[in-house]
Amino acid sequence: MKKMWKGNHAIAEAAMRAGCEFYAGYPITPQTEVGEYLSSRMPELGRRFLQAENEMSAIYMIFGAYACGMRSMTSSSGPGFSLKQEGIAYLCANNFPSVLVNVQRWGPGLGTLDSSQTDYLRDTRGGGNGDYRVIVYAPNSIQETVDLMYNAFDVAEKYRNPVEILSEAALGQMMEPVEFPPFKERKEDLGWTFDGTDRPHGRIDNPGKPGALRAKVEAIMANEQRWENYMVEDADYVFVAFGLPSRTSRNAVDLLREQGIKAGLIRPITVWPFPFDAFKEIPGTVKGIISVESTDAGQLVEDVALATKRMCRGNVPVYGLFSGQKIPKTKEIVTYVNGILSGENKEVF
Amino acid sequence: MAVVKTTPTMVSIPNHFCPGCGHGILNRLIAEVIQEKGYEKKTILTLGVGCSCNMNGSWNGDKIQTAHGRAASTATGVKVARPDLLSIAYQGDGDAYVIGLAETLNAAYRSEPITVFVINNNNFAMTGGQMSWTTMPGQVTTTSAHGRDTSLTGMPIRVPEIAATFPDVAYVARGSVHSAKEINRLKGYVRNAIEAQLNGEGYALVEVLCQCPTNWGMSVEKSIQWMEKEVVPYYELGELKGRRK
Repeated sequence: MKKMWKGNHAIAEAAMRAGCEFYAGYPITPQTEVGEYLSSRMPELGRRFLQAENEMSAIYMIFGAYACGMRSMTSSSGPGFSLKQEGIAYLCANNFPSVLVNVQRWGPGLGTLDSSQTDYLRDTRGGGNGDYRVIVYAPNSIQETVDLMYNAFDVAEKYRNPVEILSEAALGQMMEPVEFPPFKERKEDLGWTFDGTDRPHGRIDNPGKPGALRAKVEAIMANEQRWENYMVEDADYVFVAFGLPSRTSRNAVDLLREQGIKAGLIRPITVWPFPFDAFKEIPGTVKGIISVESTDAGQLVEDVALATKRMCRGNVPVYGLFSGQKIPKTKEIVTYVNGILSGENKEVF
Repeated sequence: MAVVKTTPTMVSIPNHFCPGCGHGILNRLIAEVIQEKGYEKKTILTLGVGCSCNMNGSWNGDKIQTAHGRAASTATGVKVARPDLLSIAYQGDGDAYVIGLAETLNAAYRSEPITVFVINNNNFAMTGGQMSWTTMPGQVTTTSAHGRDTSLTGMPIRVPEIAATFPDVAYVARGSVHSAKEINRLKGYVRNAIEAQLNGEGYALVEVLCQCPTNWGMSVEKSIQWMEKEVVPYYELGELKGRRK
């Protein structure tokens, strides 16, 4: 039976169900409830919660524990998640799995506590030094957050790569009905982990690293793209939106269709790998693709433009509705499309 | 009866430290104690960044190379995942006391059940001899070219003295590798620091004063003399916090 759960509590409980044995983190709004919940829940289950002195220390605790194969996670937001980037690069350099949660808040530096998607480019491009990618899930409901978290450790261990849940302040703070999957546990030895015996850790030495990274990225891009399309097959205008803006964009599709404007929606569930394949369904008659995002100057729009170039014939214009530190309202999205039709709104790419 | 000494397996590969460097001595002492305890296949060494990185090629046992300054946090994670194993952080003073001061002191403060060894050679050796928080007053390094001016940069830091004040810390000592006598004493500190973890007593830190002839620009003999005259009087040797009986 479904019960009302707050997003941050639900993601924490889902991690428990998925077999997370260790959490290390540092409080920061709007994700603090993740750690708070786990500080009481984990000891009940005989698992380990550790309040670290800062976000960097937390990520290296995860680094050490997952080196030994323990299902471990950390979470943060805003400047706190920035501090973890060094450690994420080390996780990737060593091919260590891990699960990371970023409940995004708006802006650079201290920013604000407003809900936003302004970490998109950093989180989908690696974020630290060197060439690597993190698998990034972007849920748009609390149930989906739970479902994605439930698989996150399995995917991280399959590819020996960090998996991130890219949430948003409002998605972490709001409540929705949720049903949880049963508890599961990964019992088998991963084979490469540190156990004191100095067995092979699957370490790739320097000359082989670029090729190995490329092969991993290609495999993930081929197998792990996830998305949901809504009324795309006959659309003249296709929105691309993930997370909370995808919910108002979907409402806008319905409203525009009532007005006789054929709109559709591509909702990336993985933002890396970006779901290029979702664009296959766009008809050749399409008039424009519109990125709808809670950013200031446009971030998702860059991936939308790349996907449009690769997947659509002709030079289809790519527009962007950037709502800054709030979720774009359905009405704003409809008005924006009317502005495209009147020639008032110009394409970004 | 003749005493036969063999090389401990964990230091059986030739190391890559400079001639005259003291790191190798500490490597060997740690290896000897691990072997004594039968933990050769039950130890994970977390290596800091600096000259400790050299041990990637010579430490014949399980080891994780972590980021600069983060060894205490990494070793903490290792111990969470594998409380049955010996989790050791091996770092230099630049790693543990400068960039990683927060991680070092916070791990000590919480008394994480890990063992931390810190080589203090009064400079950043791996990058070619820059000033460290442990650089002595007036000491010339590549970033204190006129001699360390402590009125601008502070007096040399004494982290073990701070760690020893934390109520839950199990064991803190400072040893040195500049003489046979001190090496023998150091072996006892290393043993205590490892036993403290094996007995579940809590956090243990051993700082080891160490000559760095290459970056000090001195012969080994001069280095030892300088340590005796300048370093040892400031960095008092001995146990700063003994194990609870």
